[in-house]
Amino acid sequence: MTSIGTGYDLSVSTYSPDGRVFQVEYAQKAVDNSGTALGLRVKDGVVLAVEKIKHSRLLVPHANRRIMTAGKHIGVATAGWISDTRHLVKRVRDEARDYRSTYKVDIPAKIIAERTGMYAQAYTLYSAVRPFGVSTIIGTVDADGPQLYMIEPSGQYVGYRGCAAGKGKQVAKTEIEKLNLDQMTAREAIKEAARIIYAAHDDSKDKLFELELSWICAESNGLHTHVPQNLFDEAIQHAERSLNDDEDDDEMEGDDE
Amino acid sequence: QGLDDMDPIEFRLPHTIQRPAVAPSHGPKAHTTRPIVTGTSVVAFKYKDGIIMAADCLASYGSLARYRNEKRLMAVGETTLLGVSGDMSDFQHMQHTLESLLTQEYDMDDGQTLGTKSVYKCISNIMYNRRTKGDPLWNSYVIAGVDNGQKMLGYVDLYGTTYQSTSIATGYGGHLAQPILRRLVEGREDEVTEEEAVQILDECMRVLFYRDARSLSKIRRAKVTAQGVEISEPYTLETNWDFAESITGYGS
Repeated sequence: MTSIGTGYDLSVSTYSPDGRVFQVEYAQKAVDNSGTALGLRVKDGVVLAVEKIKHSRLLVPHANRRIMTAGKHIGVATAGWISDTRHLVKRVRDEARDYRSTYKVDIPAKIIAERTGMYAQAYTLYSAVRPFGVSTIIGTVDADGPQLYMIEPSGQYVGYRGCAAGKGKQVAKTEIEKLNLDQMTAREAIKEAARIIYAAHDDSKDKLFELELSWICAESNGLHTHVPQNLFDEAIQHAERSLNDDEDDDEMEGDDE
Repeated sequence: QGLDDMDPIEFRLPHTIQRPAVAPSHGPKAHTTRPIVTGTSVVAFKYKDGIIMAADCLASYGSLARYRNEKRLMAVGETTLLGVSGDMSDFQHMQHTLESLLTQEYDMDDGQTLGTKSVYKCISNIMYNRRTKGDPLWNSYVIAGVDNGQKMLGYVDLYGTTYQSTSIATGYGGHLAQPILRRLVEGREDEVTEEEAVQILDECMRVLFYRDARSLSKIRRAKVTAQGVEISEPYTLETNWDFAESITGYGS
């Protein structure tokens, strides 16, 4: 642990002399230590992918989902503390339900991003609470088309065409920048998302992991669903093949069910 | 318009009934006292492949046949068919509640969907709790579905009364259609084919149109089977009013 913030890092309601709020930065560290999560906004939909690091071989496959759904049409993928994630997603669901109850339409992406961001920000105001140790990636398709937002522990939220958070975010971001997202279809994006998660996965750190892949697009009828099994299997094959072809990487084949 | 100088008939019409403009914050709770826009009978019975149900397309405003393309049959998820009679705004409230419930179940992401029995129990709980508060949802529901190969047909009303049976009819249907259903369907639910079921149903709805003064001959029919829910487009029943000529004073 560095001693950079000594004295000014005990409470989120304290600034440091150089204008930093250390508790928020520490929360970001919690995110950086977790499995990678990424989102891709493409021509006809949004794809979310998560590197779900498994801490034990005893865990049941497909259990303990990291990608969650809110209001049927919103996908939420997170990097960071899963317990904080559950709390945040509950809030996202409540906001979506409340909006629909008032306006009889599905909550638009911009508004749910704002509500989530403002909620996270509220936890950076009081010393009685701590910021969420989660970076939340929200994907949905609304009247303005497919949209992707990421909300950080500080409450800052930005719209993206592609974003990543967690351990392998540097590798993931580099790979995402190479993609032509505006021309890509959701079906293609699934394969790329899988490939990037596999590429960002560091086997020396955590051997066991499971890929989670979800999408919102015309094929899913505008609903947020886990990618159908056949497409999922294809994506994994594509990812594993890309890893093997890559001679610069010394990563071994990713383990999966 | 003052109460005293209002025409006595107009005074009684639904839209001019006098109510306090705002519920007093410390006063007594305002309770539902009467339904306003209403649907009449729903008729349903079990047949070979599942359950068949019909309701007309009318939502009445007192004696005015006001909304003549109303949907009183609704699918709840993939497995359950719901028919409703009574106050339409209370039905809409139930629709929103059920939709919200289904969304929550979808978000659970546990591979399970709400079966007919569960929908039935949810609705009965809501209805009974509202009645206990003295503020009922003024409806009669007919809930149908095929749960694990078992045909389920149930009834819940504004009192919270529930029962299940081979044939169910709400409102006037209970008086006019139920005897027909008991004679033709009861005991034979696994034999009645879809074709026969449609004939029986149409005949019940026809009788209701002849005799229920708040009904319409334009009806919708729906069926729920193991394959899911199917609600038909509206169609009009053929009626024969020739008998009127033999009655002195009837018609023109």
